[in-house]
Amino acid sequence: MIARLTESLDFHSQALMLRAERQRLIAGNIANADTPGYQARDFDFAAALRAATGRTDGIASSVMHAGGRLSPALRYAVPSQTSLDNNTVDMDRERSAFADNAVKYESTLRFINGSVRTMLDAMKSHNQA
Amino acid sequence: MSMLRIFDIAGSAVSAQSQRLNVVASNLANADTVAGPDGSAYRARQVVFQTALMGSAGREGDATAGVRVSTISEDTRPGRRLHDPKHPGADAEGYVTYSNVNPVEEMVNMISASRSYQNNVEVMNTARSLLLKTLQIGQS
Repeated sequence: MIARLTESLDFHSQALMLRAERQRLIAGNIANADTPGYQARDFDFAAALRAATGRTDGIASSVMHAGGRLSPALRYAVPSQTSLDNNTVDMDRERSAFADNAVKYESTLRFINGSVRTMLDAMKSHNQA
Repeated sequence: MSMLRIFDIAGSAVSAQSQRLNVVASNLANADTVAGPDGSAYRARQVVFQTALMGSAGREGDATAGVRVSTISEDTRPGRRLHDPKHPGADAEGYVTYSNVNPVEEMVNMISASRSYQNNVEVMNTARSLLLKTLQIGQS
């Protein structure tokens, strides 16, 4: 039981770290929305999570644990509209990705909170409730 | 904590955008400045943004990209010249040289800077609320 809970907690913590990583990356894209020549970057969350949690099918190399930190393989965004200064940040896309990622980060947080609470409930003695 | 870095990133962007706004304000304020005795009027200035790597750079995964203002360039276009012999700043031919600020360009620049500033403030607010919720893991 505890092993399964720990496993689930581990999975969600990996997901949370990747979400935080993606949030940081998108924040960098938004910050560089007016920088000439800046190329927007992002990573494939599903593939990165698969690789980080070991549930991989041949894409294990896309995530390296560099000094204990997750560093998923970054990809460059394909611009939907070209701009004269070679900046490929699409503000609409970045904003929606940022909001989407924030909501998913929060939902992962809730999953973790749920697991923690389940464990705490399991540890309580019956007359304590 | 990679989320804490968001404050560095968005903070650098906010300060770069506010510097841009500063330059725009200075340009607009000098839109009608005439040339002094040396014959050269105020020249419009533009900030040039550059991606600034923050933290330990070099590793691919550490691609924390902030912004900084690399240079402030001066517009080299000639200023407007108006024939106004009665103006105290007029030259020998009766022409007054004004600054080369284009108010329309500056207004557009101002709106763009203000939107980017707002975007980055929102990024910081989102990161802040997410971090505060992260701190409450396990508390009911």
